[in-house]
Amino acid sequence: MSGPNSDYDPVEVSTLQPEEVAAARDAALAAIAGATDLEQLKQARIEHTGDRSPLALANREIGALPPQARKEAGQRIGQARGAVSQALAARQEVLEAEREERMLVEETVDVTLPADRFPTGARHPITTGSELIADIFVAMGWEVAEGPVIEAEWLNFDALNLGPDHPARTMQDTFWTAPAEDHVVLRTHTSPVQARTMLSRQPPIYVVCPGRVFRTDEYDATHSPMFHQVEGLAVDEGITMGHLKGTLDHFATSMFGEGITTRFRPSFFPFTEPSAEVDLVCFVCRGTGLNGAGPESCRTCRGEGWIEWGGCGVVNPRVLAACGIDSERYSGFAFGMGIDRTLMFRHGLEDLRALFEGDIRFTTAFGTEL
Amino acid sequence: MKTPVSWIREYVDLPADVTTEQLAARLTALGLKLEAIEKPGDQITGPLVVGRVLTMEPEPQKNGKTINWCTVDVADANGTGEPQGIVCGAHNFAPGDLVVVVLPGAVLPGDFHIAARKTYGHVSAGMICSAAELGLGEDHDGIIVLPADAASPGDDAFAVLGLTEEVIEFEINPDRAYALSLRGIAREASLAYAVPFHDPAERQVPEPDADGYPVIIDDPSGCPVFAARRVTGFDPTAPTPGWMARRIQLAGMRPISLGVDVTNYVMLELGQPIHGYDGDKLDGAIYVRRATEGEQLTTLDGARRTLSVEDLVIVDGSGPVGLAGVMGGATTELSETTTHVVIEAAHWDAVSMFRTGKRHKLSSEAGKRNERGVDPQLPAIAADRVAELLTTYGGGTVEPGATLVGIAPTPPTIEIDADLPARITGMPIEAATTVAHLEAVGCVVEATGDRLTVTPATWRPDVTDPYDLVEEVARVVGYDQVPSILPREAAGRGLTREQRLRRRVGRLLAGAGCVEVVSFPFVGEATFDALGLPADDPLRHTVRIANPISSEEPSYTTTLLPGLLKAASRNLGRGASGVALFETGTVAFPADRGAAPIYGVDWRPTDDELAKLFEAIPHQPLFLALVLAGESERAGWWGSGRESGWADAIGLVRRLAAELGVQLDVRSAARAPWHPGRCARFEVDGVELGHAGELHPSVCKAFGLPVRSAAVEVDLDFLMRRAVDVVPGPELSTYPLAKEDVALVVDATATVADVEDALRHGAGELLESIRLFDVYTGDQIGAGKKSLAFALRFRATDRTLTEQETSAARDAAVTAAAERCGAVQR
Repeated sequence: MSGPNSDYDPVEVSTLQPEEVAAARDAALAAIAGATDLEQLKQARIEHTGDRSPLALANREIGALPPQARKEAGQRIGQARGAVSQALAARQEVLEAEREERMLVEETVDVTLPADRFPTGARHPITTGSELIADIFVAMGWEVAEGPVIEAEWLNFDALNLGPDHPARTMQDTFWTAPAEDHVVLRTHTSPVQARTMLSRQPPIYVVCPGRVFRTDEYDATHSPMFHQVEGLAVDEGITMGHLKGTLDHFATSMFGEGITTRFRPSFFPFTEPSAEVDLVCFVCRGTGLNGAGPESCRTCRGEGWIEWGGCGVVNPRVLAACGIDSERYSGFAFGMGIDRTLMFRHGLEDLRALFEGDIRFTTAFGTEL
Repeated sequence: MKTPVSWIREYVDLPADVTTEQLAARLTALGLKLEAIEKPGDQITGPLVVGRVLTMEPEPQKNGKTINWCTVDVADANGTGEPQGIVCGAHNFAPGDLVVVVLPGAVLPGDFHIAARKTYGHVSAGMICSAAELGLGEDHDGIIVLPADAASPGDDAFAVLGLTEEVIEFEINPDRAYALSLRGIAREASLAYAVPFHDPAERQVPEPDADGYPVIIDDPSGCPVFAARRVTGFDPTAPTPGWMARRIQLAGMRPISLGVDVTNYVMLELGQPIHGYDGDKLDGAIYVRRATEGEQLTTLDGARRTLSVEDLVIVDGSGPVGLAGVMGGATTELSETTTHVVIEAAHWDAVSMFRTGKRHKLSSEAGKRNERGVDPQLPAIAADRVAELLTTYGGGTVEPGATLVGIAPTPPTIEIDADLPARITGMPIEAATTVAHLEAVGCVVEATGDRLTVTPATWRPDVTDPYDLVEEVARVVGYDQVPSILPREAAGRGLTREQRLRRRVGRLLAGAGCVEVVSFPFVGEATFDALGLPADDPLRHTVRIANPISSEEPSYTTTLLPGLLKAASRNLGRGASGVALFETGTVAFPADRGAAPIYGVDWRPTDDELAKLFEAIPHQPLFLALVLAGESERAGWWGSGRESGWADAIGLVRRLAAELGVQLDVRSAARAPWHPGRCARFEVDGVELGHAGELHPSVCKAFGLPVRSAAVEVDLDFLMRRAVDVVPGPELSTYPLAKEDVALVVDATATVADVEDALRHGAGELLESIRLFDVYTGDQIGAGKKSLAFALRFRATDRTLTEQETSAARDAAVTAAAERCGAVQR
């Protein structure tokens, strides 16, 4: 505040009249209230609280008053100045809030603008589908086993009880590396991985083997010279066909939903005995064989209520023997199904070839996980 | 195997109300897989009747055709008994013939409604039918002419044509050869419904004697049993009875002549392949032996075949007259003049049959059965049955004398624990049930305590092992009875490190905007040429496929790039503005270690033997490749877009290495298929990881990609092996950061990597990070030079650095850059 009233001018003492203080205060309050933006408020602040404003000048006069008058004048002017500064602060707050609100309105953007600057990546459904299957089995405590795609003939056939005269060993079905006398093939199933697993360790064995396999099939909507399989193998004490059924039911339910279980039909595979074809309750019609929308048959299972899923059975003791496992003590089960085929009916794909064309529109539809 | 249901019923007392669908389902549950059910008459609504052609008047027409105006006796089938007037365009019949007539009001396959209509100046009241019009196959020879005694005019033609028949087609698994016969399928049907079975093979046959046709077996292991009978005075023009022709047709074979049809019919009936010889053309005794190398034989199909020493042949005085068990020879085949028939029914070694069929690429109905294994007790029975049918329908006499050479092999006996089926299937199967079911499938069972000694039936050569018996019991109990139980919880260790890393790599790349591709791993020289690989490039040394899909692509690939380049081009061709594709897959490099051994299967090979096996297999590392082409960032309201290029390719490898915690060295390199000045070689601890950069313009052109397209190929197995297993937790200093920026002028050919290495080396341990933030070339620094601006960041772990310490470290860094790279501070 000001110092002693050195330039005392008795003529101006009259300004300390109460009505004049009140008038100055009211003028200030009116100017503050009338300010419609922060600029006007700043102007009002200078005019009514600045060094040359009436209340500032009056405040400076207090010291020149006779001592008996100082207290009363001081109180009066102090109250007036307090009222003004309070009004200023309040008005400042209101005007700032208004300004901010206006700014936010002005800064409005079109949130519907596209955000496709960077292209979307994706993993292949065969990869993510294989992982989905692997995870179902890993959750049961199984492990994922893998092996080479180009494989020894002995592991692909002999060790699996497909003898030298098995029809699958002809050039019509199997890709052989040259010269064929080298006894090396492009594996026709992922079963050699099962053989490798049994050759490398003793039971208990619980492994699932997803991978790519080759057969000399024509390339069309449902066949391909390269496709993908997942096989499972369990070898332990006391393993039965019931465990096979339980495992496949659990697999089917995990993959396709509650109520989707399996059925077995007798079949023949050299590496299993007894052998079975495994069918899946059609997860589209849920086994009714009907198309929900109309009287026609379900398209997915062609009205049968079941989908052929794969083959399975009890591991042939001859296979256990070739792989060094005591078939008196242990028994096992094995199963195999096509991953591509499984994806085809799970996702309603019409043409297998879409999986191998690399069209990004196809693959990105599946995202990075199935 | 197509089986008319009425034929099955002939041998089994099936309940009358069993439908074809129910029967098929029951048999499928037993292991004969339903392929299809055919009901030939399903698409026809009558009246369809037998008629006798009374008159036919050929009437030439203006259009050049001649039609026949016929009157046909259909008795009362038309309601009037008057002859029916019908116009017919076919000419393969004559008055007096029995034909099939469809009358107005009927509907033929294809929703073809028959009505009386005016045509060629007559009212044609119906139609004389061809087989094709009735949906019975592709018969272009004209209308159906029925055998003279097949029926009478006015008879319902449905039954005569077998249109009321229902046929089940089964897919027969290779182990169930017995089911390639009505005998076998009917036996399964009796099993399915537990009703009596009347075995068509049960017949009294004459005792073999020395008066039969002489047969000498030179190779009893290839031909254990050979039965022969003779028929003389046979009428080769006698027609096949209609019922037999129909059954042969319904079973999917073609009726040919009575002689041939009878042999086929008995094969379908019993499952025993039979061959008929023209006895007058046979030169003396029949010998069975292995062929001599290069011996020639013309088979029934007209093919001249060169035989191998492994082929079994039938030989007479003139030389080979048949490829045993697979196909007869042309010189002695049954013909329209054959009156003397020699019937052969023999049992052959299945493996030999399979090999011969494979060697000569010959697939026949006989071969199919012989190579899977036929009941060795059948030859004499089948020969007798053929002789009976031949003489019944073709006249003549069965000559006395029955040849039967050799001894039928006996089935092995198998011992099992009575509870084995229960133990293996998990079903509660009592010992008594096991015995009953094994007996039901034809086994002879002897029980001693808990052990069973089982002799399988002679028609079940596939049953040799204890587990085969388990399957027999299980399928009779029913696979639907198998309980659903989860095995005990296994103690797995989760995914392997490599499996987890692979997922991580895929997710990182997908997150970076790349799309995964799965392509075929086959390549050829043309692709290597398109990649611009030099003639001696190691990538051209491939694993060759002996029987490739395409001779253009005979190799398993050594690089993933071709598949990706083709996919990239395909995407751009389909309208994509840009692609970033990746593939992880194994490539193959020849092991060049000779043949992989084939071991026995009775016990496990030794570890050394296994090592030899593994060594012979090609080296198959997992590679990762990427192709980036066209737009990588789109233009839009945010500004302009960007094409991908060499820097993106290299950048992705750097990101990947950083993700896996691998210290990567990047060096410039010149290697196809990359641009020689824009190719990076990656190393980890001095070992090559792979390459990345811009593709050579000629490679872009060859694959139809825009220039500046970029690619990566690295050995992912190697990268993953070097990945950090357990990341050490970082220690963070919270003392203030000291920033020093330096701009260094170096030769334009100097690499950032070298300059950065020098700075890092010179700056010492106070250096926290270093980052290049600008590259400048231009007048201010002169031609052949460039200016590199680096931000150096210093921090100590235990104190605030003084200005002196910081500038000393910076000066040391600059000095090192000057010494090593000739850098001059700007």
